[in-house]
Amino acid sequence: MVKWSRFNIASIVLGFGFLYLPIVLLVIFSFNESKLVTVWTGFSTKWYGQLWQNQGLMDAAWVTIRVALLSATCATVLGTLAALALVRYTQFRGRLLFSGMVYAPLVMPEVITGLSLLLLFVAIGFDRGFWTITLAHITFTMCFVAVVVQSRLLSFDQSIEEAAQDLGATPVRTFMEVTLPVISPAVFSGWVLAFTLSLDDLVIASFTSGPGATTLPMKIYSQVRLGVTPEINAICTILIGIVAFGVVIASFVTRRREAQRVRDEQAAFAPA
Amino acid sequence: MKSFGSTRRSFAPWNDPTSKPFISFRNVTKRFGDFTAVDDLSLDIYHREFFALLGASGCGKSTLLRMLAGFEQPTSGEIILDGQSLAGTPPYRRPVNMMFQSYALFPHMTVEKNIAFGLRQDGMPKPDIAARVAQMLKLVKMEKFAGRKPHQLSGGQRQRVALARSLAKQPKVLLLDEPLGALDKKLREETQFELMDLQQDLGLTFVVVTHDQEEAMTMADRIAVMSQGRVAQVATPAEIYEAPNSRFVADFIGDVNIFDGKVSSVENHVVQIETDIGFTVRMHSNETPAVGAQAGCIVRPEKLRVSRAAPADASANAVQGELWDIAYLGDMTVYHAKLKNGAMVKASSLNAVRAVENPLGYDEPIWVSFDEDAGMVLKD
Repeated sequence: MVKWSRFNIASIVLGFGFLYLPIVLLVIFSFNESKLVTVWTGFSTKWYGQLWQNQGLMDAAWVTIRVALLSATCATVLGTLAALALVRYTQFRGRLLFSGMVYAPLVMPEVITGLSLLLLFVAIGFDRGFWTITLAHITFTMCFVAVVVQSRLLSFDQSIEEAAQDLGATPVRTFMEVTLPVISPAVFSGWVLAFTLSLDDLVIASFTSGPGATTLPMKIYSQVRLGVTPEINAICTILIGIVAFGVVIASFVTRRREAQRVRDEQAAFAPA
Repeated sequence: MKSFGSTRRSFAPWNDPTSKPFISFRNVTKRFGDFTAVDDLSLDIYHREFFALLGASGCGKSTLLRMLAGFEQPTSGEIILDGQSLAGTPPYRRPVNMMFQSYALFPHMTVEKNIAFGLRQDGMPKPDIAARVAQMLKLVKMEKFAGRKPHQLSGGQRQRVALARSLAKQPKVLLLDEPLGALDKKLREETQFELMDLQQDLGLTFVVVTHDQEEAMTMADRIAVMSQGRVAQVATPAEIYEAPNSRFVADFIGDVNIFDGKVSSVENHVVQIETDIGFTVRMHSNETPAVGAQAGCIVRPEKLRVSRAAPADASANAVQGELWDIAYLGDMTVYHAKLKNGAMVKASSLNAVRAVENPLGYDEPIWVSFDEDAGMVLKD
């Protein structure tokens, strides 16, 4: 048993407090009876009920989810293809330029990405709204998918693709039946990453949105400027709940799969 | 007529001028940038032959196999299989299958699905696939493991699945890339004989790539010894061992003693060489070098005799020396003998009886002798 010194305990309390106290307060006050956010008067879930009545918030949530689903899916397809091109074709003209351009959005300040996309959409006369936000999100989340998938592909044993072709599978079938199933966990993590990035993006969405398409982060931000209401706390609590649930499920599945793998390996060497 | 060693009875299409090669490499060259992996190589392999490509790593043997499978294209030259040029045929349309060194099993599929993969690509009806998979599982004795995934199998079991998968489509040619490299010694030896039996039963052409000369000698009908992208010699294992065509091959396969010197006389196919280490060797040779030329006499260790007394047969080559090292290996004993002038030779003798009286000991004066037909002469 490790003996904890006072210093250790103090640093842990301070560290976690700094990280999670604001969130805990937010969650607690979402159950507050009072309309004032800072004064506790009693427990109530009425703000959650009122949430459903708030058409503006609900519309924004719906837009956000649709944007996130669509952009994450497109970004996953494009990011996976980009990663394949970068890993598999080590020599083609302009490879360095290509990889630089794929990864630039990783380090590009969001304000600049947003502004440049806005200028582009204005220049070509593209009506801003749902589609421009989606396009913008595909652009900036694709590189994250590419990074995740590329690192998986680097450790991928290419001889299994050769084996598939040797057994008569065309390159397309090889990709669909062998490559994709093997790298699918990485592709899925890339999708989840792109989905969350899109879900909580404020800056780029603000630049590229138009009338009639407001995302949830934008809505929350604009409402907060008029004063924090307990409704905001409630919807934030729901968002935190969704994200936490996702993380817990993901780690649970990973751990179970790992345990299964260890058991399988032991079984391999047991007498048949 | 004497011949070298025993081979499969009456199977020698390479000696028959009327038989057509099944696989032909014609002046094949493969370059990767500045590096020439395969250099203007021509080679014929016959139907139902068990053919081995043997060489050190980087000699081009794997590249040759990969060109046959279609994963690499020759820079120049062509490969002909069963009368058809393979140029431009992608791997998935070639009637050859390969067993990979790493086995390359599909990790997300069960043993059954792995074996069925190639059959599904051909659009074989489902009941037929199931029947063929069952037959293959039986062939490699893996029926009990049909539902397992590759990571649930041991190395030897994976090797069997890989073999079953590559045989399932009944290819014209099976390519094996270091098929037994990942197995331990005992399992490897068992599997070598299983592969030989399988090849005989199925009547297929096998081309195996290996760096293990014992493996090649055990399994193959013929061996191509490769070096630096070229074929140094193609012959049966016995010919390669007993009649190597170059110092490289003699040295690469097994142990060898080489006595270098100058030819002093040639008569009736007996070459006499005054060796650099000061004794005269007389050796039968079909090739007759010119008198005065440099030549080497090659004798394998097991053809040297080590004895206390001078050999009774006066015609034998004999030289005095002393025993330097003795290694008892169980089935045989290996002697390192230091000859009069300091040269070392290696001799081995079979321990055909369990106990001998007064065995040879260290630092003992001895005679090393060998007959006139115990070795061969190589011109430089």
